[in-house]
Amino acid sequence: MAGGGVDDRGVSQGPPREPVWTARRVRALAIQGVILAVLLGLLAWGIDNAIHNLQKAGIASGFRFLGNRAGFDINFRLIDYSPASTYGRAFVVGALNTLTVSLLGIAAATVLGFLLGVGRLSRNWLVARTAAGVIETVRNMPLLLQLLFWYTAVLAPLPRPRDAFSLGGVAFLSNRGLTVPRPLTADTVWMVGAAAVLGAAAALGLALWAARRMRLTGRRLPVGWAGLALVTLPAAATLAWGGVLLGWEVPVLKGFNFAGGLTLVPELLALWLALTLYSGAFIGETVRAGILSVPQGQVEAARALGLGPAGVLRLVVLPQAMRVIIPPMTSQYLNLLKNSSLAVVIGFPDMVSVFSGTTLNQTGQAIETIGMTMLVYLAISLAISAAMNLYNRKMAIVRR
Amino acid sequence: MIPPLRDHVPVPTSARNLPPPVVRTGPWRWMRANLFYSPWSTAATLLFVALFAVLAPPLLRWAVLDATWAGGTRDACLDAAGGLRPGACWVFVKVRFGQLMYGFYPVAQRWRVDAVALTLVLALAAVLPWRPAVQRVAALVGAPLAGAALAWTAGGWTAALAAAYLAAPLLLAADCEALDRVRQRSALARAAAVLAVAAAAGWAGSVLAGAPWAAAWCALVLGAGVLGLRFRTVRAAALYLLALVFPVLAHALLVGGGPALPVVPTEQWGGLFLTLTIGLVGMGASLPLGILLALGRRSELPVVRLTCIGFIEFIRGVPMITVLFLASVMLPLFLPEGVGIDKLLRALIGVALFSAAYMAEVVRGGLQAIPPGQREAAESLGLGRAAVMALVILPQALRIVIPGIVNTFIGLLKDTSLVAVIGLLDLIGMIKTATSDPNWLGFASEGYVFVGLVFWVLCYGMARYSLSLEQRLRTGAPSS
Repeated sequence: MAGGGVDDRGVSQGPPREPVWTARRVRALAIQGVILAVLLGLLAWGIDNAIHNLQKAGIASGFRFLGNRAGFDINFRLIDYSPASTYGRAFVVGALNTLTVSLLGIAAATVLGFLLGVGRLSRNWLVARTAAGVIETVRNMPLLLQLLFWYTAVLAPLPRPRDAFSLGGVAFLSNRGLTVPRPLTADTVWMVGAAAVLGAAAALGLALWAARRMRLTGRRLPVGWAGLALVTLPAAATLAWGGVLLGWEVPVLKGFNFAGGLTLVPELLALWLALTLYSGAFIGETVRAGILSVPQGQVEAARALGLGPAGVLRLVVLPQAMRVIIPPMTSQYLNLLKNSSLAVVIGFPDMVSVFSGTTLNQTGQAIETIGMTMLVYLAISLAISAAMNLYNRKMAIVRR
Repeated sequence: MIPPLRDHVPVPTSARNLPPPVVRTGPWRWMRANLFYSPWSTAATLLFVALFAVLAPPLLRWAVLDATWAGGTRDACLDAAGGLRPGACWVFVKVRFGQLMYGFYPVAQRWRVDAVALTLVLALAAVLPWRPAVQRVAALVGAPLAGAALAWTAGGWTAALAAAYLAAPLLLAADCEALDRVRQRSALARAAAVLAVAAAAGWAGSVLAGAPWAAAWCALVLGAGVLGLRFRTVRAAALYLLALVFPVLAHALLVGGGPALPVVPTEQWGGLFLTLTIGLVGMGASLPLGILLALGRRSELPVVRLTCIGFIEFIRGVPMITVLFLASVMLPLFLPEGVGIDKLLRALIGVALFSAAYMAEVVRGGLQAIPPGQREAAESLGLGRAAVMALVILPQALRIVIPGIVNTFIGLLKDTSLVAVIGLLDLIGMIKTATSDPNWLGFASEGYVFVGLVFWVLCYGMARYSLSLEQRLRTGAPSS
């Protein structure tokens, strides 16, 4: 007998028969079908409107504009670019600038964050209060405001190049930015990188060997210092004696500006400063939470074993704290990457400023430019998220 | 022989004849313990003292001692030779204060903003949980003061309206037999009565203020509340009104229309008023949207789940500026020709969507923290799926994530500053305009410091409130 119902003896057999439309699977399918239809309908309606609106406004669509001449200049770039270059090239310049300022910011914010986080937990009242004051001040104001403050109120009123602050006669701080000497390198500069990579490989080998040795004999090696030496010393030696470094180009004042040297434009400086402070404050709180998450008993046990304060922090507290710190820290890094888009406000040519700003204004192709900009951020974010999930799975406490 | 039980109770150590512990107090002891307990600590203390000694005096001189407070023109901040005086020129902030608060809202109409703000403060005071002591002080001091301020700023009809709004929760929650008897009439009769009242209110509203729909809606909600619902507490009734009546009233009053209230287009809104408007609308929209998205993300239906995951991860993966660009530049493209959307509304849509995605992740964290036994127990009591969610799971989940929700709100309030990029004159947009006024060049620092202070007070206040709420809820309930 299929289905439920009651047999002739009046005994129930199985669940009562349900009407078709309340059966769970049927209902689920119907709901999803309706939702899908509504979403697709909205999408089709929107696209139809967009096509109509674009035709009406005489705006081209498609990605052909990427090969056209851009015609605008970009004042900070890592690769060759001129107004004669294409929009595609401008896109790459913008993306590289976003990555540059993000990496600079991440490096500085991590250092500052650890200082602030550990400082806020210091037994020293003055240090702890100062760190807390910095964190609470910076965290509770919009980043945009801080950026404008550094750019307009601090960097813009700096003296002209003629009266620039001289740092030892080789670097100069003026309202044109920070100008530093530029290393002149020969074509064989790749040898420095190769030496560093070889050194890193050797350091990795050393670390693996030292870990094995510690498991077998219990003796430890100063792996950190040795690794640092292995990475830096060969590279430095190549730089010094390999005939790679030909000299330094020291900036000199010529007319109204400096000639030669490397200039960090004030837009970059302001952005870097603001991102570092803002993210550093948040990372500081993350670090503090991570350290506080390690039970006090761990510290006491480590000290009972005879470890000094530095050993307790390095060998017991931090490894356990990192498990708690790293996921929120990654999201802070991602926030920093996304926050770097505020560059558009002060005119630093980042991804958003170059592409969703200037290019959009010149071509009018809003959908393509904003879409491509979003894709760049989305790709980086998703890649880092995926890497983090992998790392998290590896770091999670193994339950035996 | 078993001794009497109370002899087994151990005597607390403090009650035995031990000498009292040595009390180490006094400023010197404190400094030894907290500033100079080791060579490193001493070095750090000295370094920081030196740092403060170098930094603090010039800052203090700039902000207070050498600053110019009096006057009403730029000349007040110039010395005899026509150069800028050394200290801060707070006259600049003073002159621009009105614009920084209200934007270009007409001066004669600013009382409307004040009235809405005061009503909101009082309504929030009634809804949000406060410490009892704070509540008492607020009721004794705050309410009369606020009432007086309302009457003074708004005058006549608006004050009456606001007073009626504030009295309504008392009516809704009143324990009144006559009302209870009315509530037992047939549903049809009650619905007809409510609709009739709403229609009358709509007619009156259109004649008096040119706002028929707002008046009809308010009457509808009030009538439904009186005749259909029975609120146990004043707070519940106040929450009902805050969610359903306040936004409509505020909109009608701020936008205006009709003979009594001239229309103020949103292009004239600005300053702190606009910042708070965007922030509050964003908060009000992002919480329910975020809850829906979080539920959708945990749905069993693949289409719903994937749509929600896609939306959340997409929004969280891109900067807010691009979402605002999307809303301000691309949204009009996707709408039929001739359908213009207000610039402010576009920004609001962008802000709400953006923070909803972050809110969804916060709420999801709370949902995941509820043990499955709660759902099973509720289902075994015979509750349906919606009831399990609304009555058992969500209240617990939301309570766990209050700190996360407030954090998202704080982030949202700070992020509203980005609307300045798409050309709205919020607090930041206003100060940018003010500092680039050719008559007032050179006072950017003063402007930014002032605006920073305003934001700091708002955000820090919210953070402190969240902290106290968290602690109180934890002491109240042993769970979680």
